[in-house]
Amino acid sequence: MSVTPAIDTKAAANGSKRKKSLVELLFEGRAFFALIAIVVVFSLMSPNYFTVSNFLIMASHVAIFGLLAIGMLLVILNGGIDLSVGSTLGLAGVVAGFLMQGVVLPQLGVILYPSVWVVVILTCLLGAVVGAVNGVLIAYLRVPAFVATLGVLYVARGIALLMTNGLTYNNLGGRPELGNTGFDWLGFNRLGGIPIGVIVLLVFAVVCHILLTRTAFGRWLYASGGNERAAELSGVPVRRVKITVYVLSGICAAVAGLVLSSQLTSAGPTAGMTYELTAIAAVVIGGAALTGGRGTVIGTMLGAFVIGFLSDGLVIIGVSAYWQTVFTGAVIVTAVLLNSIKYARR
Amino acid sequence: MSALAETGQKGEVVLAARNVAKSYGNVHALKGVNFDIHRGQVTTLFGENGAGKSTLMKILSGVVQPTSGEIVLDGEAIAFASSSQARDRGISIIHQELSLAPNMNVRDNIFMGREIMTATGVDFAEEERQTRLLMEELEEDIDPLTPVEDLRLGQQQIVEIARALSVNSRILIMDEPTSALSASEVDVLFKVIRDLTNRGVSIVYISHHLEEALQITNHAVVLRDGTMTAYAERKDIDLEWIVRHMVGDNFDLGSPPSGYDKGDVALSIEGLTVPDPGGADYSVVDGLSLSVRAGEIVCIYGLMGAGRTELLETVAGRLKPSSGSVKLKGRDVTGQSIAACIRDGLVLVPEDRQRDGLVQTMTVGRNLSLASLGAFTRGLFTSAARELDLVGDAIRKVHIKTDGGAAPIGSLSGGNQQKVVIGKMLATNPEVILLDEPSRGIDIGAKAEVFKLLAERAKQGLAVVYTTSEVGECLSIAHRIIVMRRGRISAEFGPDVTKEQIMAASGEAVHAH
Repeated sequence: MSVTPAIDTKAAANGSKRKKSLVELLFEGRAFFALIAIVVVFSLMSPNYFTVSNFLIMASHVAIFGLLAIGMLLVILNGGIDLSVGSTLGLAGVVAGFLMQGVVLPQLGVILYPSVWVVVILTCLLGAVVGAVNGVLIAYLRVPAFVATLGVLYVARGIALLMTNGLTYNNLGGRPELGNTGFDWLGFNRLGGIPIGVIVLLVFAVVCHILLTRTAFGRWLYASGGNERAAELSGVPVRRVKITVYVLSGICAAVAGLVLSSQLTSAGPTAGMTYELTAIAAVVIGGAALTGGRGTVIGTMLGAFVIGFLSDGLVIIGVSAYWQTVFTGAVIVTAVLLNSIKYARR
Repeated sequence: MSALAETGQKGEVVLAARNVAKSYGNVHALKGVNFDIHRGQVTTLFGENGAGKSTLMKILSGVVQPTSGEIVLDGEAIAFASSSQARDRGISIIHQELSLAPNMNVRDNIFMGREIMTATGVDFAEEERQTRLLMEELEEDIDPLTPVEDLRLGQQQIVEIARALSVNSRILIMDEPTSALSASEVDVLFKVIRDLTNRGVSIVYISHHLEEALQITNHAVVLRDGTMTAYAERKDIDLEWIVRHMVGDNFDLGSPPSGYDKGDVALSIEGLTVPDPGGADYSVVDGLSLSVRAGEIVCIYGLMGAGRTELLETVAGRLKPSSGSVKLKGRDVTGQSIAACIRDGLVLVPEDRQRDGLVQTMTVGRNLSLASLGAFTRGLFTSAARELDLVGDAIRKVHIKTDGGAAPIGSLSGGNQQKVVIGKMLATNPEVILLDEPSRGIDIGAKAEVFKLLAERAKQGLAVVYTTSEVGECLSIAHRIIVMRRGRISAEFGPDVTKEQIMAASGEAVHAH
């Protein structure tokens, strides 16, 4: 028994009738306004910031975090966490590099040089497998997501180091006579002036947005993240949903690994260290709740751009890397603070 | 314990509310309530959900301050700024949800936040001694060092009471203390309450369980819409009097729908046995057989632990039986997944709507459509227009009072939330609907609406099975009443059975009224 629901109904009714106040509007679109504020401030401080070329460069940096963040969003919507994405990214880059060097098959006495498309597909498959391992550990073996993905973080990183003995693959260009050129296409080419990496990010974002808003799977995900027991009793295949989000997160990480190693024209086993934290930060800044069930692709994209544009802006105006870390941390804490105010008001 | 020894005349007024009113914005939760709490006696607050009981409790215990009016303690007008001030004056509240830390032991829970300190740290020995004394006072054999999670719910309630007593409470407010207790635990609690009142402690009691409250109370205060509608001594009133004042006029929960032919057997359960989910070596459902025809309403009555919930959850596909079969219209659906059962037309409305029924992060509409996503998905994509139709239809059919499908689920009252859970399952167009305690935690008006709705759907050929732990609810719309006891059917009755017969079959001691 409580009187609060009645009050809430009243407040909700009032809220829908009158126009939203400026404060509420600012609050709802806080990630968007933060992004605008960042752009305005840095544009005033540096003439180089507000240029098309700089935006494109920053956007291709954001592409890496953004791809990870999309996968992370799906996992967080489910009420989980995926700490392994940074390692998966590194492992994917190394495996792609390994495949580009040619696969020696001693039994047959041949060296296979898979074409770039085959490399891309195999790397995505690898990401899916890593994600499936996470998913099975969490959904069927009931290992807490934090622990399962933490373990996979170490294992994936370890495998990447073992594969290269700690070294970096520098030759990813392939050779025309072997028919495996074109790996740099992902990182360097542009379509209509826009870097391929950014286009990949946009495609992933749009697909994921549609997945979340227009498909039954999206509804399953929001429901099982909001209340898994209720979702299960409503006929939602909660375990399948759980495994799927980790698989998708793994694929996102693998694609990010491909884009990054293509941008760098090298694949090192230490690539992507701590990127999982940046991805989580982007999701949180984008307004998602770590408890699951709340969050959007648009918010997450804004969060990724806030982080990317902020840290690149700090570089451009010459702030030291140490201060960058401090600023990023402050932004994350502020975002979480605002989230908790928002959800507490419900 | 000397602290409990009260001076003063038993029966005199210790705490009184004078014209207490409380408004939240434009909402008047309480509109000028007057009543007295007598020393060493039990005063029960009766009222539907939203009648203002919780607000009144919060005012008495200092959690909120009244907008106008005053609280008089021992003849002196007082204003509490916080619940700790009220506690210092001897007023404690035991909330409906227990506020114990399950991982800590009884002693540490009782002294949580006011540990007995010595120069070298917490004096655990002294705390333990006092805890032991308290447990002796309450005649409960609980070791102070037992972790709370190892205690039965009833014992946890006792710990909660011990904690309230350890701060020298003279006035103890109990909000729905029996809602999670078994009948024997209720007996223990009532014994404790009688002991406490004998020692001069005054009790303010709140319960939805009217018959139970009548057994223990000395005074009755009835609230409706924030106003006190009646105030009387126990000897002058009966159940009917309370209900009349609670709901305004005579209320009944309906009668079995008639005037139509029941169909073929829709649900048939044969020899169903379910092992204890906790791994104990007994069966929570033990070779149970039951068949329900289309259009028939069956009520399953039983005490806590009789196996009602496990029976329904097994039939609906959540638990797996160790033997026996479940047939839906003659087709074997034993051990099917929940999703498959829903698709085939066998649905469950779970007991705990917050935990198992609703997704709090989603809107009313999305909760309603959750179980029938397939009905508005074409190819890969969901159709917003079709979903809107389905949600609108459900809101109308189940009579949900809401601003619309886009309203957050938390904005609805308990009764309307329950209707959302039922509406969600009815939206799948089931053949058989199982409802586990559909009336739990909703007020009597909403109860009547839910039962009316079920009766209407039964007339259209739906087979309805519902469980209840309130005898009064058996004698409403059910054509047949099944009594469960220790996983088996102990009796089966028609609608003309008496409450006493049902209670006797359930193994419940029949209290003299």
